[in-house]
Amino acid sequence: MDSGTVLTRAGTPLRMRNSMKQVFTRPESLKDVQTHFCPGCHHGSIHRLVAEAMDEFDIRSKTIGVASVGCSVFLYGYFDIDVIEAPHGRAPAVATGAKRSRDDRIVFTYQGDGDLAAIGTSEIIHAANRGEDITVIFVNNTTYGMTGGQMAPTTMVGQKTSTSPYGRNQAKDGYPIRMAELLAQLEGVAFSARVAVNSPKNVMQAKKMIKTAFRYQVEGRGFSFIEALAACPTNWGMKPLAANERVGSEMIPYFPLGVYRNTANL
Amino acid sequence: MSEKLFVKGNEAVAMAAIEAGCRYYFGYPITPQSDIPEYLSRELPPLGGEFIQAESEIGAINMLLGASATGVRAMTSSSGPGISLKQEGISYMAGSELPGVIVDIMRAGPGLGGIDASQADYFQATRGGGHGGYRIIVLAPASVQEMYDLTMLAFDLSDIYRIPAMVLADSVIGQMKESLTAHPRPQTVLPAKDWAVRGREAGEPQNVVKSLYLGDGEMEAFHWKMHARYQELAEKESRWEEVQTEDATLVVTAFGSTARIAKTAISMAREAGMKVGLLRPITLFPFPKQAYEAISGNCKNFLTIELSTGQMVEDVRLSVARDAEVSFYGRPPGAGSLPTPEELFEQIKKRYLNS
Ligand SMILES: Cc1ncc(C[n+]2csc(CCOP(=O)(O)OP(=O)(O)O)c2C)c(N)n1
Ligand code: SF4
Ligand SMILES: [Mg+2]
Repeated sequence: MDSGTVLTRAGTPLRMRNSMKQVFTRPESLKDVQTHFCPGCHHGSIHRLVAEAMDEFDIRSKTIGVASVGCSVFLYGYFDIDVIEAPHGRAPAVATGAKRSRDDRIVFTYQGDGDLAAIGTSEIIHAANRGEDITVIFVNNTTYGMTGGQMAPTTMVGQKTSTSPYGRNQAKDGYPIRMAELLAQLEGVAFSARVAVNSPKNVMQAKKMIKTAFRYQVEGRGFSFIEALAACPTNWGMKPLAANERVGSEMIPYFPLGVYRNTANL
Repeated sequence: MSEKLFVKGNEAVAMAAIEAGCRYYFGYPITPQSDIPEYLSRELPPLGGEFIQAESEIGAINMLLGASATGVRAMTSSSGPGISLKQEGISYMAGSELPGVIVDIMRAGPGLGGIDASQADYFQATRGGGHGGYRIIVLAPASVQEMYDLTMLAFDLSDIYRIPAMVLADSVIGQMKESLTAHPRPQTVLPAKDWAVRGREAGEPQNVVKSLYLGDGEMEAFHWKMHARYQELAEKESRWEEVQTEDATLVVTAFGSTARIAKTAISMAREAGMKVGLLRPITLFPFPKQAYEAISGNCKNFLTIELSTGQMVEDVRLSVARDAEVSFYGRPPGAGSLPTPEELFEQIKKRYLNS
């Protein structure tokens, strides 16, 4: 993109007068396209932070992304990188095969909470336990977004979804799983942190953490994991602002932000 | 340098994979194929390769998917219960046009079944096995030498046609020891893997390995494209063995270890003055239809023998001339279910007298 162009929130370039200073540009690792995400969806912000980390380490041309099945399945449509689309839940195993066969590449997965914390628990736990030198971006929006808002393993107790119409009942459905803490117990994990993108402060912190996660891999230090709390206004039946607020009022108290494992103190 | 060795069928598979340039293996223990991961866990690391004992067969097939997507030669192996778990991944590989080799040393089933010789996974292998409507290349060795040769062929065909390839053997072939000439891999001209993911350098196109087709007509076009590729495969790559079929009035047809026993029974029949031949499919997909068409022009009597209640016999019936008779003799898998040559000779005699 030339230096006289800037993106609006909707992604359409605006011509600027030369005297104006450019303060907000699209990361090079992202394509200049509109996303299919609903208004207020946090997938877009998280995509952007991942792309910024890739730009900062200048690794776009050597990165292989592994897309999961969920609302983020179109990873290849937004990131300007080579992508493998994995079966539902299997992204960490696919990434393992890719990284082991091309160990000079940066390999990351991008997975939802249904994908990673339900059907894919075996693959994530064992990739983490083997200490695969990959980065996992885990987007926890407490629901199955793509399939229409069914209950996920991360759905909050009492939360109504299309398959928990009376609210999640811990006696029958169990409790929401805290993946960042769970994986931090494994010796194979080098870095595990939980972030959110619901406020400017949290976005700045999330940016830093995602960068650290990639730094682990760039320096060949092993498995790094980011859990990003996210809003799904559409399936929560909320307006974007209210959904954004729910991340702070309901999710963060149960899913505390922070670093749970940081073996190299990066 | 072609060495003469005395090895197990499963070891021959592992040796052939290495000779074929495969340096990545992902597997999970299950009898009767564990010699393959055991061999490769020892031999791959010194060659700079990677061996992973995966958390499950689902993990293993998806590691194969990821490695194949970067353009390298990679392999997994298993048996019945594990092959069932791999079907999801095989379907995704087929949908993504990814090569990759899957070795299936069949055991008895369904369920946990047992570890005895079985050919009851013929349908699972040749009909695609997973969802969506696809086929994979299926090669059926009947000797230790063929375990070696066909494993190398599986890598080549899979790379050329961008279709996953399976080596399908029963536990007899996997476990028995025979002499093997470990010749160098054939010099096949292979297409460049310009579709592989490798990190998009400036000026290069973005490579995406995927099986999601949402655009108008995209999915349908994919199916017709693969249909044409399967037909090309059938024309060019069908392989079979014929023994004394020229003058035969009864042709026995069987694959894998059953074909070996049938061969002995056919020698007995020839000694008894009966004109009996053998047609042994080597490729189960593509099924060598052309061989059945040609032979059934003259010979109207076929006997299919399988270690199941009858699966390949359906393909035989679909392939022979309309006026040919196809009978079946089966021994469903289980302890002691392997037929003896004498038993098959009796079956041949019964059918021959009727012909
Ligand atoms: C084996 C299998 N089972 C079910 C599905 C249907 N499916 C598609 S996406 C999805 C869940 C997605 O939820 P999540 O991973 O949380 O991602 P989100 O859309 O919320 O970002 C499911 C169950 C599938 N594609 N494959
Ligand atoms: S359904 Fe939810 S997760 Fe999916 S794009 Fe819409 S807001 Fe985002
Ligand atoms: Mg979700």
